[in-house]
Amino acid sequence: MESLSRANQVQRFFVHFLLILGSIAMLFPFLWMVSTSLKSPEDMLSSSLNLIPSQFMWRNYLDAWNAQPFARYFLNTIIVAVVTVGCQLFFSSLAAYAFSFFHFPFKNFIFIALLGTMMIPQQALLVPDYVILANLRWLDTYLALIVPFTASVYSVFFFRQFFMTLPRDLYEAAVVDGCSHFGFYFRILLPLSRPPMLTLGIFSFLGSWNSFLWPLIVTNSTELRVLQVGLAYFLSEAGTEWGLLMAASTFSIIPLVIGYLIVQKRFVENQAMTGLKE
Amino acid sequence: MMPRKNKPKRPKYQYFAFWYLVPTLIVITAFHVIPIFFSLGLSFFSWDLISTAKFEGLRNFRILWNDPLYWLSIRNTIYYTIVAVPLNIILALTIAILLNQKIRGMDAYRLIYFIPVITSINAVSIVWKLIYHPNIGLLNAFIGLFGIPPQRWLLDPKWAMLSIIVMSVWKGLGYNVIIFLTGLKNIPPHLYEAATVDGANRMHQFRHITLPLLSPVTFFVSVMSIIGSFQVFAQIYMMTPGGGPMNSTLTIVYYLYKVGFGDFHFGYASAIAFELFIMIFLLTLFQKLVVEKRVHYQ
Repeated sequence: MESLSRANQVQRFFVHFLLILGSIAMLFPFLWMVSTSLKSPEDMLSSSLNLIPSQFMWRNYLDAWNAQPFARYFLNTIIVAVVTVGCQLFFSSLAAYAFSFFHFPFKNFIFIALLGTMMIPQQALLVPDYVILANLRWLDTYLALIVPFTASVYSVFFFRQFFMTLPRDLYEAAVVDGCSHFGFYFRILLPLSRPPMLTLGIFSFLGSWNSFLWPLIVTNSTELRVLQVGLAYFLSEAGTEWGLLMAASTFSIIPLVIGYLIVQKRFVENQAMTGLKE
Repeated sequence: MMPRKNKPKRPKYQYFAFWYLVPTLIVITAFHVIPIFFSLGLSFFSWDLISTAKFEGLRNFRILWNDPLYWLSIRNTIYYTIVAVPLNIILALTIAILLNQKIRGMDAYRLIYFIPVITSINAVSIVWKLIYHPNIGLLNAFIGLFGIPPQRWLLDPKWAMLSIIVMSVWKGLGYNVIIFLTGLKNIPPHLYEAATVDGANRMHQFRHITLPLLSPVTFFVSVMSIIGSFQVFAQIYMMTPGGGPMNSTLTIVYYLYKVGFGDFHFGYASAIAFELFIMIFLLTLFQKLVVEKRVHYQ
């Protein structure tokens, strides 16, 4: 084994010291959130630096959960995210299939035009999309929350990159064996596409779960509120009940953190890869 | 071996392929392509969605040009960008370099730095709002330990935007760390070995190997961060409702939201949206044409 020189050891210590300092800065707000979520209002006035509540107010969680229909908010968020992601993966892989396996007129033109639409910031579309949804009478429905996000040029691009790496003979061989073009997509391509499906699935799920401005604008009724909008309402209504607000923040973050810990390895690697490919 | 044909056989068009594009094309056309033209058209009208739209020509743009709140929102957005983006990039690069060594606990660190990225901005905005609270907030209690008098952070026009920036950098840092880390891992180690043999110290190596070879990644990160910071909304809405004290945190997107969905001035909001679109478009184009030429590609 190679022995570490003194200078090396000092350097290592220094690196760990900085990284731990950074980690504390990253995690402390969460720790403090959980600690505050268990404090009583009187407790909060005493010292903000005290992490252990004098009395654990587990009730805060129950009270927060009941202060707003959070069960409904969670349900809405999950419905919207699942349907959006499902449709997006299906539609995008179909489109990518056409772009990578077939010849048709204006193929490159359509592809480049699609890529061009990625330059349009979503915020610039808020007003016209709102008007379009109003004319369709889709405002304040699940359709408004889901349909505009069922297509994703980024996903099409990502799937296409993946399909291009597959051998072309695969398709010809399948056709010779009597496979229809949809049969090839369904029985051969889809099962092969698990890696991009997972990566894109995780990202669009997260995107849908965390989206805020759009649902804030296109929905009105309590029954259709998603979690992020619900949190905003809770913040404006609960005002100074910080214990309850922290409890609500905690239980809305927990599913994400648990999910992240489960998929983290794949997640972090893919995040970097997709980031760089662009 | 078969002789190579001079001309490849022109493939027959497979028209059925269009069917596979239908869902994506319909949604993109209906909610991305048509709206951008519609938005431009709308910006020549004044309209509240209910009464008949009135054609006003360039009036919205003229008013916009003289609208102090609009200029303030641009100023605030630029302020946010020029502070938050470099801060984010410098910190992210530093952390990535620290992490790019064979050290124990590397996976754990990566995990930790990434946690704020996945949590939702609304929930952490609530947490940070309390952190910045003048009376019971964590920050004032913390700086009190060093004898610094309490500040009113989000309620003080001097501090409000900086407070938003600090929180946003904390939230987004991990994302760039991971991207830089991948970039660093792609630099061939033999370059450093050769440099060490030639007697280059760490600082030299950083300046002459790491920075130039990392420049495509830095380029990518800065474009994405700048575009992202032109779209800041949720944390403003949550932490400084109304656009902050003396409109000090009023950003372009927040102003767009206020005009469009607070006052229902749809034509005017479209004019703002269109200028936002142009700004982001030009920014991307500028970065692609000017900056990309200067960065070093392997």
